[in-house]
Amino acid sequence: MSETVLDVRNLEAGYEPGMPIVRGASITVGKGEIVVVLGPNGAGKSTFIKAIAGLVPITGGTVFLDGKDITAAPAHTMVRLGLAFVPQTENIFPLMSVEDNLKVACGILERREIPARIEEMYAAFPDLVRQRRTAAGNLSGGQRQMLAVARALIVHPKVLVLDEPSAGLSPKFVSVVFEMLAGIRRSDVTVLLVEQNAKAALAIGDRAYVLVEGKDRHEGVASELWSDPVVAELYLGQRPQHHKGGAA
Amino acid sequence: MSLQFIVDGLLTGSMIGLGAIGVTLTYSILRFSNFAHGDFMAWGTYATLAVVSAIGATFGKMAPIGPLSFGWSLLVALVVGMAFTALLALLLDKVLFSRLRSQGQAIIVVMASFGASMALRSLLEFTFTSRPTYFSRAIQIAMPIGFGIRITPDQIALLLLTAVLVLGVHLLMTRTQTGRSMQALSQNAALARIVGINVAKVVRVTWIVGGSLACVAGVMIGILVQIRPFMGFDMLLPMFAAAILGGIGSIPGAVLGGLIIGLAEAGAVQLIGAEWRAAVSFIILMAVLFVRPIGLFGVGER
Repeated sequence: MSETVLDVRNLEAGYEPGMPIVRGASITVGKGEIVVVLGPNGAGKSTFIKAIAGLVPITGGTVFLDGKDITAAPAHTMVRLGLAFVPQTENIFPLMSVEDNLKVACGILERREIPARIEEMYAAFPDLVRQRRTAAGNLSGGQRQMLAVARALIVHPKVLVLDEPSAGLSPKFVSVVFEMLAGIRRSDVTVLLVEQNAKAALAIGDRAYVLVEGKDRHEGVASELWSDPVVAELYLGQRPQHHKGGAA
Repeated sequence: MSLQFIVDGLLTGSMIGLGAIGVTLTYSILRFSNFAHGDFMAWGTYATLAVVSAIGATFGKMAPIGPLSFGWSLLVALVVGMAFTALLALLLDKVLFSRLRSQGQAIIVVMASFGASMALRSLLEFTFTSRPTYFSRAIQIAMPIGFGIRITPDQIALLLLTAVLVLGVHLLMTRTQTGRSMQALSQNAALARIVGINVAKVVRVTWIVGGSLACVAGVMIGILVQIRPFMGFDMLLPMFAAAILGGIGSIPGAVLGGLIIGLAEAGAVQLIGAEWRAAVSFIILMAVLFVRPIGLFGVGER
């Protein structure tokens, strides 16, 4: 593995004091890697990456970004530190145009750099160009996710953190989103991805962690993890009936 | 009927609209109804009056500008008054609203603003008494401009000033990074933080814009009507009606709402009688809430 960009050690986090949802989870993300965090429902995946992004109080452990301790950094400073987060839902400003959604995220860029950077995002996400004056709330589900990802990428983040980008989308848009993620994979951006859709996520990921009850329980190469009996067991152990059929 | 009500209505509407901008910004960005906003108007006006008097006492009386009733000293004082009112709003937020806001219950902040409103108003009465005062006692000759409408030079100047300020705020909101940050914060506060917006800074800008415009609205009332400690409090209902009619969060909406209410008030005075003036905003407010609660430019919650 190349140099580590994101290093999370024994993270403990939760909304209520004394009731941690994440209980000592550790992961690392190397430069240019796509790392997937999987886990059964309620495993604390979303809380885990929200805590990394500064949105959930951290009660223990540390988060290093490029060797710098960002555990206590407030959420609005994360972009400047190099971490761009894309929430699962409500990840665009619905009443602002597509272009203003991109512009509003450019606060840390040099003013001269912004127009060119916006054109680069349009080149990477051609679907958005035709809609640049449209209110973002009128975009389709897939286009919304593209806009949310473009808005995160526009500031050259060291790591892009995505919370279930396919959640709540119709099957057609799910494939659109995973095509987009495959495109990001080719572009050398470092990604930490939480996904419910394990099969599709493992297909585009380099490595994966399985999170169960707020702890990282298993780690492996993404392409091998799908057939790993331990993973099946970790999922099955949680919800036997549901996964007996075909999912796991 | 005489068309004079159009001029009167546009002027009242300008005052209401400038005040309603602050109300709508506070509501959409800080998420509470600031009942002390009218008292920002009154404090700004008295501050401006104090500076005008100070300038007059130091440099002697200044000649009015052209046909207007006021001189350069008032314009200088207005800028000082705007800065003062912005600082007053920032101070009140620091010592009162921000602490309560962090507890997360909007109704407590609303009640606190009600208390602040009473305290601010009583302080003005205590200091300046409740007797009305004026920037100038000069009487202006209204010029006929056709269709039976007459307008004074002061009125023309203040309508122009309103137009310039409204355009300025609109450009600030739509063309600058600060304005986009304000829009973003009003639409999704959590996402605003994620994209790197410093919420505390945007909140400060909101108070500065709202406070300084409240001062301008107050000074307009002072020039055209009179200066009293209750001058701002009496504007509270029309301002809220305008903000809600225009759609909470919308700057053009707040101004248009203000103009509609101003015109309706002036029309009602002419048609029904002056005693009905105050009822007009109330009736419009109720009608909007029944028929279209999101207002003219409003967008439903999502």
